[in-house]
Amino acid sequence: MSEPTQDPPAPDAPKSPWRIVMGRLLRNRFALLGGMILGVLYLSAIFANFFSPYDPETSSDTTHHPPHHIRFVDQEGKFHLRPFIYRYAMTDLLRRAYGVDTSERYPIQFFVQGEPYRLLGLFETRRRLFGVGGGDQAGVRIYLLGSDWNGRDLFSRVLHGGRISLSIGLIGIMITMSLGMLVGGISGYFAGWVDLVMMRVVELLMSIPGLYLILALRAGLSGDSPFLHWLFRLEEGEHLGSGQIYLLIVAILGLVGWGGTARVIRGQVLAVKELDYVRAARSLGASHLRIIIRHLLPNTFTYVIVSATLAVPAYILGEVALSFLGVGIEEPTPSWGLMLHDGQTLHTLTSAPWILVPGVFIFVTVFAFNFLGDGLRDALDPKAVE
Amino acid sequence: MHYFILRRLSHGLLILLGVSFLTFFIINQAPGDYLDRYRLDPQIPKHWIEEEEERLGLDKPWIVTYFLWLKGIVTHLNFGKSFQYKEPVFEILKGRVLNTLLLSFCSIVFAWVVAIPLGIMAGHLQYSWFDKGSSVVAFVGLSIPNVFLALLAIYFAAQTGWFPTGEMRDNVHWDGFTRWQKFLDVAHHLVLPTLVLGTAMTAELMRQMRGQLLDVLRADYIRTARAKGVSERALLFKHAVRNAINPLITLFGFSLASLLSGSVLVEQVTSYPGLGRLTVRALFDQDIYLVMASVLVATTMLILGNLMADILLAWSDPRIKIEDSLTE
Repeated sequence: MSEPTQDPPAPDAPKSPWRIVMGRLLRNRFALLGGMILGVLYLSAIFANFFSPYDPETSSDTTHHPPHHIRFVDQEGKFHLRPFIYRYAMTDLLRRAYGVDTSERYPIQFFVQGEPYRLLGLFETRRRLFGVGGGDQAGVRIYLLGSDWNGRDLFSRVLHGGRISLSIGLIGIMITMSLGMLVGGISGYFAGWVDLVMMRVVELLMSIPGLYLILALRAGLSGDSPFLHWLFRLEEGEHLGSGQIYLLIVAILGLVGWGGTARVIRGQVLAVKELDYVRAARSLGASHLRIIIRHLLPNTFTYVIVSATLAVPAYILGEVALSFLGVGIEEPTPSWGLMLHDGQTLHTLTSAPWILVPGVFIFVTVFAFNFLGDGLRDALDPKAVE
Repeated sequence: MHYFILRRLSHGLLILLGVSFLTFFIINQAPGDYLDRYRLDPQIPKHWIEEEEERLGLDKPWIVTYFLWLKGIVTHLNFGKSFQYKEPVFEILKGRVLNTLLLSFCSIVFAWVVAIPLGIMAGHLQYSWFDKGSSVVAFVGLSIPNVFLALLAIYFAAQTGWFPTGEMRDNVHWDGFTRWQKFLDVAHHLVLPTLVLGTAMTAELMRQMRGQLLDVLRADYIRTARAKGVSERALLFKHAVRNAINPLITLFGFSLASLLSGSVLVEQVTSYPGLGRLTVRALFDQDIYLVMASVLVATTMLILGNLMADILLAWSDPRIKIEDSLTE
């Protein structure tokens, strides 16, 4: 954005590389769409407890409740400006079937008082975006996306699960990329036996099919392994808390994927390390670390940004896989993979298909990252024609 | 050529050795062992547990067990017995590996048969509605997670009754089937897992095929061919597609890794009796030798797959001489 006091730029004024890239990115409708979807998803995860009507871990006796119809027109055909729901009463205890009870309307109200929570982990409040008027007294809960086997609100759980699933992607990719850049940079810069050893390790890691390696690591680092006890300073007989399991999973996922990055970075470092400016830096007495970090690695940023964006889904899916197989995030903490796990039983799947809704969220997230990554790749491509 | 293959295979053996050491180290970080559940059971006599400990070698440090295991392989080709099934691990793995190979093979065939023609069409009709539509579909296919797609497939199967909701064959009637019926039954069971596992690869191949074709179509020799009056049809199939398809063969090697990982989840959801499901179980049971064997088998498949892709590439692209890569 240009300052108003400056002269208007000449029509062919040179643009900075970032301006060019941003311009291209903003013109790519798909990339823009992807970015916007991600913005909404991450915001809803950050403010999950404001947007969700209930605490994600509060159970109720309305198990496998179908999603509510949001209505404007009541049974007599009268239109109401304020949307409302009808209560669903269980008609068949055995088969857990629900019928609509139209005797009373429950209006949806906004900015209602609900269960207390801490907004952003700081402010104690009870204010939630929406809820049912008089719902608490009548025992009526609103289920936008239905409820699970424990009568917990799926909408609230999906939003809170997004915190775990979405942040694992970002933290995991940061671990991977830092490791990859470090190893690749050192390997390419020093060459010789350091390079040889590091690249053999990379080769080893890359020859095990990803999920097998992840599962083996998870099995080795299960709950009471001595290493984890030492790492988390656990008492004898104490088990990992949900936060610690989260850290463990991020670490495992981050430690698995850096091989490919390291290899590419190494190649790029090899290509530039004998250029004049690097030699100049060396002859001026710059330290090895400074040369690697200040002069060599910035050359690889384009690659890193694009491949990181395209690789985030792999981490989200990694968490999904682990939790789905029952070795990831543990109940009652919600995560998208763990929630899908409930669909494993055929009976639940057919009688309450709405429990698959986290899958839709995973899909949309991956979709958006792919769009954004693709757009970034095109925008950062120096060979692209304007 | 022979020398190249030999070299790659011996390299592969070294990798397997490294992988086996790494895996053994990792899974031995877990506390406790296979016998834990028996130790908790007061009805099981203590001396039995001690005997079992000694028999299974659980009383020694892991590095000793590792080298004993390695020695067994080198001297007797003995990969150890499964604790759980009390059988040599390869007896258990054999059928499972074949099942996973069958599933992967079907997915690969499905992906290539569907993706190549669609990719060629999309590239040929660039910017047409077909092109745009197929690229959106490809994006969807790439983004839909295997687990979710598999669950949707099972839901679909349960609702329509058109397909079985799990397993690999009809276990009730299997023995009464004729050979032809058996074939049809397995094929019927394979449809959904194949579609689920093959979707992502189809999408990826389609995008690559389109991109490569567009690159090739811009090349000078295509213009030359067109100038000398080659028909559009021959131009596309003889000159462009033949050249555009080579990079896809390299992709084949990469896709194997994701296929193997993907099949773990697909097998889990569709209760397909494959390698992935067996490995997950074995990991939970701390059935160490079974885990070792399945990780090694999966790694071997990956190595052989990559080798096969290289050989295929040399065969399909005369410009690539395989001896050249000796000096890499």
